[in-house]
Amino acid sequence: MKHIRTIINKEWSEVFKNRWVISTMTMLPLLFTALPLVMLSMTGGSTMSAEISAESSGLPAGVVASCAGLSAVDCTQIYLLNQFMLIFMMMPLMIPTTIAAYSIVGEKTTRSLEPLLATPITTIELLAGKGLAAVIPGVLISYAAFGVFILGSLLLKLSPAVFSHIISPTWLLGVLVLGPILSVIATIFATYVSSRASDPRVAEQLSSMVILPLMLVMFAVLAGKLVINIWFMLIAIVFCAVVAFGMLHLGTVIFDRENILTKWK
Amino acid sequence: MRNMIKTQGLTKIFKIGKKQETELVAVDDLSLEVERGEVFGFLGPNGAGKTTTVRMLTGLIRPSSGSAQIAGFELGKNDTEIRRNVGILTESPGMYERLSAEKNLTIFANLYDVPDIDKAVNKYLSMLGLWERRHDAVGSFSKGMRQKLVVARALIHEPQILFLDEPTTGLDPEASKTVRDFVEELKTEGRTIFMTTHNLDEAERLCDRVGIFQQKLLTQDSPANLREKMYGRRVVFHLRELQPAWVDLVSSIPGTGSVEAVDNKLVVSLKDPDESNPEIVRTLVAAGADVQFVGEIRHSLEQVYLEMVKGSERVQQ
Repeated sequence: MKHIRTIINKEWSEVFKNRWVISTMTMLPLLFTALPLVMLSMTGGSTMSAEISAESSGLPAGVVASCAGLSAVDCTQIYLLNQFMLIFMMMPLMIPTTIAAYSIVGEKTTRSLEPLLATPITTIELLAGKGLAAVIPGVLISYAAFGVFILGSLLLKLSPAVFSHIISPTWLLGVLVLGPILSVIATIFATYVSSRASDPRVAEQLSSMVILPLMLVMFAVLAGKLVINIWFMLIAIVFCAVVAFGMLHLGTVIFDRENILTKWK
Repeated sequence: MRNMIKTQGLTKIFKIGKKQETELVAVDDLSLEVERGEVFGFLGPNGAGKTTTVRMLTGLIRPSSGSAQIAGFELGKNDTEIRRNVGILTESPGMYERLSAEKNLTIFANLYDVPDIDKAVNKYLSMLGLWERRHDAVGSFSKGMRQKLVVARALIHEPQILFLDEPTTGLDPEASKTVRDFVEELKTEGRTIFMTTHNLDEAERLCDRVGIFQQKLLTQDSPANLREKMYGRRVVFHLRELQPAWVDLVSSIPGTGSVEAVDNKLVVSLKDPDESNPEIVRTLVAAGADVQFVGEIRHSLEQVYLEMVKGSERVQQ
């Protein structure tokens, strides 16, 4: 554990002196928290108080079907919330990616990787240290942003139906459980890309591709082709946990000192 | 344990090309022994495989075949223990530029499980004259200061063996001298040092033994013995006038090898000049020669090195 703590401490000491990382870690959560609150406050003043119908709302039929018994305003806000919740799940992906993408390639460009690999640290300790250094801030910031969003929602005096949607088991599982698992996947992917890349910017650009599957889900929800419910969320959690575990195992196999020093230039 | 480094037939073959179809022999059948407290110079041209050897001996890359024991630990089986017992100064050592000198050393002290980290960090910061700048970011350091810091980093865990890969390359004379002085100090402490270098003068001054290496170990011995093995000891007798008959006269003296007449000089190969010189001078004076002075021809390690490396290249061609 001492070695892992040392690597985390080292990563944070370095990374939090990087302006680009700091701006990504502050601007993204601010934007992603403020935007939904602004949208909700704008739709809250709407005069659409009648019960929802597919024709009058202009919302996808699949969404309208899931809004039985809700007013048009509530249904619209829930429809928007579904997008925002996905954004909250994206947050723990984007912040660690910025940190992890720099983790190995940064050491390579400053030529500090070889002395680091020459210490008695094991591959698992090194990967765990670098990974946790990326995942922990991402998850903590996402949780904080989600907390601020809940507080903001309370202040906006949303209807009980809309507010209960925010704190429904589906979205709590999504933000509090699936988000961190996605964060682990993104971090392992970014660390792997970082090991193979020779330029930190290229590493970051390639690593950011990990967000694409979640974007696809977002578009499917937007188009009303996918309605996220508790079952979808549970299946997604199990599937992503398996993927994360597999990637972790694969990472320790392919992250080999010799390969990094002699081939990954 | 007498031998701190012992290798037997150590070989490294890299597979290169898109399909890894080409084999590149970087180190071929390296067998050597380095004793405790010895400074061993590993000399060779660029691309000879010196860095690959250092990386193998520090457990960073795996040998393709052969075996080695480092500080008593078997390479390939106890690599973590090997890394714990060796310090390495890589060819282009990088530091964490945004972090202070103290923080850089503390990180490595933690990774090497140093028991009293503050004491070790403070010791090396003071010893290398970096105490006043300990809180400054390494990015603001001069090249010489950085080199001192990487030396401190390599020593922070008090390793039994120190691997120095081109420790003075790219440094100005003053910084080079600081590093050399420090190596000499470590030598007096009895540390085992394995040093690759291009600086033959440095190798001659610091190393107890040197190995000349180009994929294979061409030769290994003390610099003085290498010179002697290759050129013998040659003494020049400067005379006012030279009689041709004196060549045979000197040749007949026991302990002399070849005798050449060059202008008014006799160049004589001797097994033991201390023993033979007085006898030769007496013989020449008795024969009527005016001996002006006597001197020994000193061949440099550089000459030995160039001869060995060129010879090896000719064989390869």
